[in-house]
Amino acid sequence: METPNMSYIHSLSGGDKEFEEQLLTIVKKEFPQEKSAYLDEINKENYVKAAECVHKLKHKISILGLEKSYKLADRYENNLKEVNLELQNDFHAILNVITDYLEN
Amino acid sequence: MNCIIIDDEATARTIIKKLCSQLPELTVVDEFPNAIQAIKYLNKSEVDLIFLDIHMPDFTGFDFIQTIKNPPRIILTTSDSQFAIEAFEYSCIVDYLVKPLELPRFEKAIQKAKIFQSSNEVVVSNTKPSKAENNPEEKEKPSNEKDLYVNIDRRLIKIDIPTIYLIEAKGDYINIKTEDKNYTVHSTLKKIEDKLPESTFLKVHRSYIINIKKIIDIEDNSVLIKKDVIPVSRSNRPELMKRLNLL
Repeated sequence: METPNMSYIHSLSGGDKEFEEQLLTIVKKEFPQEKSAYLDEINKENYVKAAECVHKLKHKISILGLEKSYKLADRYENNLKEVNLELQNDFHAILNVITDYLEN
Repeated sequence: MNCIIIDDEATARTIIKKLCSQLPELTVVDEFPNAIQAIKYLNKSEVDLIFLDIHMPDFTGFDFIQTIKNPPRIILTTSDSQFAIEAFEYSCIVDYLVKPLELPRFEKAIQKAKIFQSSNEVVVSNTKPSKAENNPEEKEKPSNEKDLYVNIDRRLIKIDIPTIYLIEAKGDYINIKTEDKNYTVHSTLKKIEDKLPESTFLKVHRSYIINIKKIIDIEDNSVLIKKDVIPVSRSNRPELMKRLNLL
């Protein structure tokens, strides 16, 4: 399993620590909201709306340097539109890894 | 260039602002979490460039583009590459950036926006130059044999002049309607009027030039061309009537 990292954020910040903190604060605020919205739609079996939530979450996944996970999320997003839940467990594992990273 | 950012994700807006701050030619004047707020802003203020997300709840980026009058240059920012083809159907879209955004690619998009600003105007080329060159009068007043080349997204696109039936002014743009296709070009009616043969084209209203050969009928102060009913201003009506082969 990939580990979230700061490589993208570092390359973007050019050493601007204040910006890095600002961006991480926003990600820490938005990610749980987006994850919760996604799980709500999954529980309601609104798979097209769940796919829209995955679309948003994909950006957070890429910001945290998770390149393979991003590709999986991309496939999962498309699958959901066709009510295919095949990659659900893998995607939820990604969400859990990110949750742990942002909480620590 | 004054720009605004429209994206429902605060994370994305923060990243775009950071990238803009690294390019001195860009000034972010405002940011919006949805397209509706941006439309309200644009009703009162002008900007040079918009960074626009496609995927937004309720009102997508494409809905936004279709809603605003005279859109400025737009750079799309999205996590999807699947809309690229649709995106370039809009002449106001200068580039399409896939998230996560990175500075080198972002800089390229800004360069494109600058080029786009300076190059989107009407030019004319003659496919049969020798005849026109030999006749100064014809050089000034293009004949029906000429094609019109319009610059759209840095491509010169040829339009067969006789197929044009209507040109309408839309703010800083003109909409050229032909038998096959419509073209939106950053130009003015005055500029294109100078490039069209006088014998065929007539300005009948401050916002319309028509091809008089394509008129279907005339009623009071309007003409019917194809399915378009075009107003004829009082001052232009005598000239229109003079041009017609009236029984």
